[in-house]
Amino acid sequence: MPRIVVDVMPKPEILDPQGKAIVGALPRLGFTSFSAVRQGKRFELTVDGEVTEDILAQARDAAETLLSNPVIEDVVNVEVVEA
Amino acid sequence: MTELPLIGEAVAVAAQPRLAGARIGVVTFPGTLDDRDAARAVRLAGGTAVELWHGDSQLGDVDAVIIPGGFSYGDYLRAGAIARFAPLMSKIIDAANSDAKLPVLGICNGFQILTESHLLPGSMIKNDHLKFLCRDQVLRVENSNTAWTLDYEAGQEITIPLKNQDGQYIADEKTLDALEAEGRVVFRYVGFNPNGSRRDIAGISNAAGNVVGLMPHPEHAVEPGFGPESLDGIGGSDTDGLGFFTSVLNKIVGGDK
Repeated sequence: MPRIVVDVMPKPEILDPQGKAIVGALPRLGFTSFSAVRQGKRFELTVDGEVTEDILAQARDAAETLLSNPVIEDVVNVEVVEA
Repeated sequence: MTELPLIGEAVAVAAQPRLAGARIGVVTFPGTLDDRDAARAVRLAGGTAVELWHGDSQLGDVDAVIIPGGFSYGDYLRAGAIARFAPLMSKIIDAANSDAKLPVLGICNGFQILTESHLLPGSMIKNDHLKFLCRDQVLRVENSNTAWTLDYEAGQEITIPLKNQDGQYIADEKTLDALEAEGRVVFRYVGFNPNGSRRDIAGISNAAGNVVGLMPHPEHAVEPGFGPESLDGIGGSDTDGLGFFTSVLNKIVGGDK
């Protein structure tokens, strides 16, 4: 089954408290090369059958209306992944 | 020792029979926690509370609506994001935006649902310190002209409980400036900003003033003996939250401010 992958990230100007907590934990485990972390979300939408342009457009619409909140987040990627 | 009312007996503090005709709907979603307390607060203020179910397709006979706190849909996706698309929410959004200007109050998760619904601008993200925080919180009432704050004085300080994880109010600078200029910052945190909210904002309203959202919980400070003062005496009274409910009830029955 093909899947449509949607990636959502907090907007660059929004402080990401979760990313901040993670970057604080990394050096405690010896990972000292990373100066910042931002945490986003990945959604996988399974399609029964072929991914048409119409279905891809629906996925983009769903990404903007439900999967992300445009006040605080950006949809950074919508792509088809074949199983 | 002063005689305290027993929990379970919701005796109207306001005790004005004329208010009982005002019907305030309280919405329950899967994961809502504070619907019963909100309904109780309505009754204590003298009004009639009406249970509303998120899946209902009709709003029914109500004069105002409270969207209470809790963790609708477990805060999955984003706090309030899934609840916002409940069948009843589209009716509430239409009624709030109609000429009738249905008064709507969103408390905590209800505030998050109102921002996700775009009835109120901005959004809530995780507290800047990343912890769930529960405390008695002093607020300043900045605008006493909304449907839910008529019984307060502008500048009045009240103490009500605050309890949340995603309580940091954010919006872009332009939106914040517009909110300030239009008097739509209704409540501000006093003394301590508990979550990193921009400009200490605890609650806001829409342009018409019928829709108000805030993070702290007025419905938990409506009864003598069971409010902030009883716990730690940081100020205010046990019933500082009651004014939210008497405000809207008085407005509905056409009472004077």
